[in-house]
Amino acid sequence: MTQINLDVNGKIHEIDVDPDMPLLYALRNELGLNNPHFGCGLAQCGACTVHIDGQATRSCITAVSAVGNGKVVTLAGLGTPEKPHPVQTAFVEEQVPQCGYCLNGWIMTAAALLDQKKKPTDSEIRDGLSGVKCRCGTHMGILRAVKRAAEMMG
Amino acid sequence: MGASMGKNAQATALTRRSTLKAGGALVISVGMPIGADAVLNIRTAFAQGTKPPLAPDQLASYIAINGDGSVSAFLGKTDMGQGLFVAIGQMVAEELDVPFHSVAVMMGDTATSVNQGGASGSTGIWMGGRQMRMAAAEARRVLVEMASAKLGISIEALTVTDGVVHARSDAAKKVSYAELIGGRYFNVQLAWNGKLDNALYAPGKAQPKDPKEHKIVGQPIARADIAPKVFAQQDFCTDIKVPGMVHGRVIRPPIAGAVPVKVDESSIAGIPGARVFWDRGFLGVVAENEWYAVRAAQQLKVEWSQTRPPFPDAGALYEHIRKAPVRKRELGKESGNVEEAFKSAARVIEAEYEWPFQSHASMGPACALVEIKNGQATVWTGSQKPHFTREGVAAMIGVPGENVHAIWVPGPGSYGRNDAGDAAIDAAVLAKAVGRPVRLQYTREQATGWDPKGPASIHRARAAIDNAGNVVAFDFVSKGFSRLDVFSREGRPEDTLAGQLTGAALRSGDAFRLPEQSYDFANKRLAWETIPPLLDRASPLRTSHLRDPAGPQVHFASESFMDELAAALQTDPVEFRLRFVRDPRDIAVIKAAADKAQWQSRPSPRRDQTGNAVSGRGIAYAQRGSTRCAVVAEVEVDRSSGKIWGRRFTVAHDCGQIINPDGLRHTIEGNIVQGLSRALWEEVKFDPENVTSIDWMTYPILDITDAPEAIDIVLINRPEIAPSGAGEPSTRPVAAAVANAIFDATGVRIRRVPFTPDRVRAALS
Repeated sequence: MTQINLDVNGKIHEIDVDPDMPLLYALRNELGLNNPHFGCGLAQCGACTVHIDGQATRSCITAVSAVGNGKVVTLAGLGTPEKPHPVQTAFVEEQVPQCGYCLNGWIMTAAALLDQKKKPTDSEIRDGLSGVKCRCGTHMGILRAVKRAAEMMG
Repeated sequence: MGASMGKNAQATALTRRSTLKAGGALVISVGMPIGADAVLNIRTAFAQGTKPPLAPDQLASYIAINGDGSVSAFLGKTDMGQGLFVAIGQMVAEELDVPFHSVAVMMGDTATSVNQGGASGSTGIWMGGRQMRMAAAEARRVLVEMASAKLGISIEALTVTDGVVHARSDAAKKVSYAELIGGRYFNVQLAWNGKLDNALYAPGKAQPKDPKEHKIVGQPIARADIAPKVFAQQDFCTDIKVPGMVHGRVIRPPIAGAVPVKVDESSIAGIPGARVFWDRGFLGVVAENEWYAVRAAQQLKVEWSQTRPPFPDAGALYEHIRKAPVRKRELGKESGNVEEAFKSAARVIEAEYEWPFQSHASMGPACALVEIKNGQATVWTGSQKPHFTREGVAAMIGVPGENVHAIWVPGPGSYGRNDAGDAAIDAAVLAKAVGRPVRLQYTREQATGWDPKGPASIHRARAAIDNAGNVVAFDFVSKGFSRLDVFSREGRPEDTLAGQLTGAALRSGDAFRLPEQSYDFANKRLAWETIPPLLDRASPLRTSHLRDPAGPQVHFASESFMDELAAALQTDPVEFRLRFVRDPRDIAVIKAAADKAQWQSRPSPRRDQTGNAVSGRGIAYAQRGSTRCAVVAEVEVDRSSGKIWGRRFTVAHDCGQIINPDGLRHTIEGNIVQGLSRALWEEVKFDPENVTSIDWMTYPILDITDAPEAIDIVLINRPEIAPSGAGEPSTRPVAAAVANAIFDATGVRIRRVPFTPDRVRAALS
């Protein structure tokens, strides 16, 4: 067990954990931030995505000790109903999900993508989101929502 | 309060006053025709203070008016993300004449809802909604009768606006639902048909509204559960925790059918608090901390029994099916004399089609939490059918069903009997064994590798053509693994992995499916045959229901074959179908899809393309129960790579009355994309020892880079026809539409799913 300081959603949390434990388990179980989801534990689906220093990162394979001073942002820290991130607004307006378990991955990946790429083309959006999984087949809604968010973000 | 998910509104919103103190509450108009005694009788007859026992023949089991006039609707079904609860809320609000936002639909909690079958066979609105509509109509009837007594106005002279009963001629003469019964329970008997599950039906005396009067039904009302998910405010079943809980994991054998013979507990001695539970074939670990449970499951040294690898070589799957003994043959209604017709045929056209095992591969591995206290168990589960989860847990831990409370909480995706049912039973076994609440989540490998599978099958079709080029006989038989090795619900131990691993013998049922289309051939025979499972216990290739069980398989074959006939007779595929389709609603969806897609009449294949990238279009249609759906696919084929892009889909859909067009569109879009994924990519791989599709690399699904450019949907609304299902039907024609489009583009017929680049490239070369 090791004492680790994690900077999550603007707050420093001190936790005492196995340093090899993936960040996902620290967020979910030590900090009670349920939104990054366990989908595969293999970095193949994106359900566990968080931002570390603005980069979309798969928390299921990121050892908690490897985060260092990185600033972690989860879906809960991305925006709130009062102050939503445009991607969140767009996903609600487009009524995107079915089961919704994958939403975290799409929203966090799209937010990082749109942060780095203004006014992306359709194929840039598709390529930028490639690899994130949705099993219910809401791909069309996801693409509509990310385009809508891109327009909102100018 | 909007129509919301189960957790957002609780039955406790009802205030539980003891009994009606009628005297002081009554205001009787001067000159009213009914005496005070009659008023009291009606009120005491229709309302009571304490909740009656949850019973299918009680109105209170479905509808309650809360103290503030809001409505609680208790549904024994569950929403897998298609917005069922919105549609149910609309149907209830419509019949009760209350605003939509005053209805909260609570789903899938065995303490508050009767067993209406859970999510099952696209019956959410079709059967679940039918019952809720009748219950709400009865509630309105009773409330108006109570109001009539209270106001001294005849029933005919009353109407209801936003939960207030008032005189048609004078809106000031009024009484609200809240005043009539708010906070108390209906005491009204319904005419229950004696059935539970999907078939449950318990109408009252009321007739539902004429669809012409509908104002809320038919509106595109949005889902209220999306914002909480987007803003990280809603729990999934994976997020539920209780005090004292430990984390569990189970361990599956490397060779299917093997059981542990030696378990070395010392191999996990270094992991704090890790414990092993081993009972015959069942092996699990628990730990205080989730990461420790993960590590313990990985590190535990297990010696497994020597088992003969149970499966054929994957390359021999279809040969195995061809040669396997038929366990059951079911013949549909035969018209004419098929054998005789073939004898006189000028020409016989034959083809055979193949469909692999497919996995639910839900977005996340299933999870369940079970707490057992003093012989009472509580189960939090993502299973579609919590009422059956309750029965399964009760049987597994040896308590009566009424001692188990199952609470459905949205899980990580569900399209039928996936791994959720097994997870709940596994968690119960562990919770009983360790005496602590256990939260169990599977691994990705277990989710894809060990969920019940959609069955693999072959389909033989042949047609007899006469000298004039008419189809005079049609003969179609499917042969495959039953779609129900384990029942589509986890209510009996033998239908679960934990049960089978601890001694319950598999009782594989026989079920497949016939094509559902209204093609009228003078001589026609449809049949199916099932074969025995490959392994008689705890098989990773055991089958159960996966979205539209056996439907995509059968209609891939039957609609590909119709296209083959059209091509052989050099006829346009739409015109060819319309020659034989008899049902007017079938004709309408085929025409609507073709029109919307700007279908150009000509035979397939097109022969005007050269070069590497070619495109084509194909159509397929099917019924599912009373629903009809036609799909036009436009695909692009990269001849050198074999890669298929389903560029555009046009869908015409008729499921009778549409309750919520937006919810329906989203449902259809999901079905088309999931259907496309299954057609292009999905195949459970295995070797003689075990399933080898164990993650997203070995069980790929459609990537967003391959999503269609557009899905155009034509909704045909038939308010006069009771709503039938939409959760599955549009999945059904997708694979055939794509195969037919590939043929149109290339002239090459692909008869085996999935149409992976390797397979297409090989077929084209």
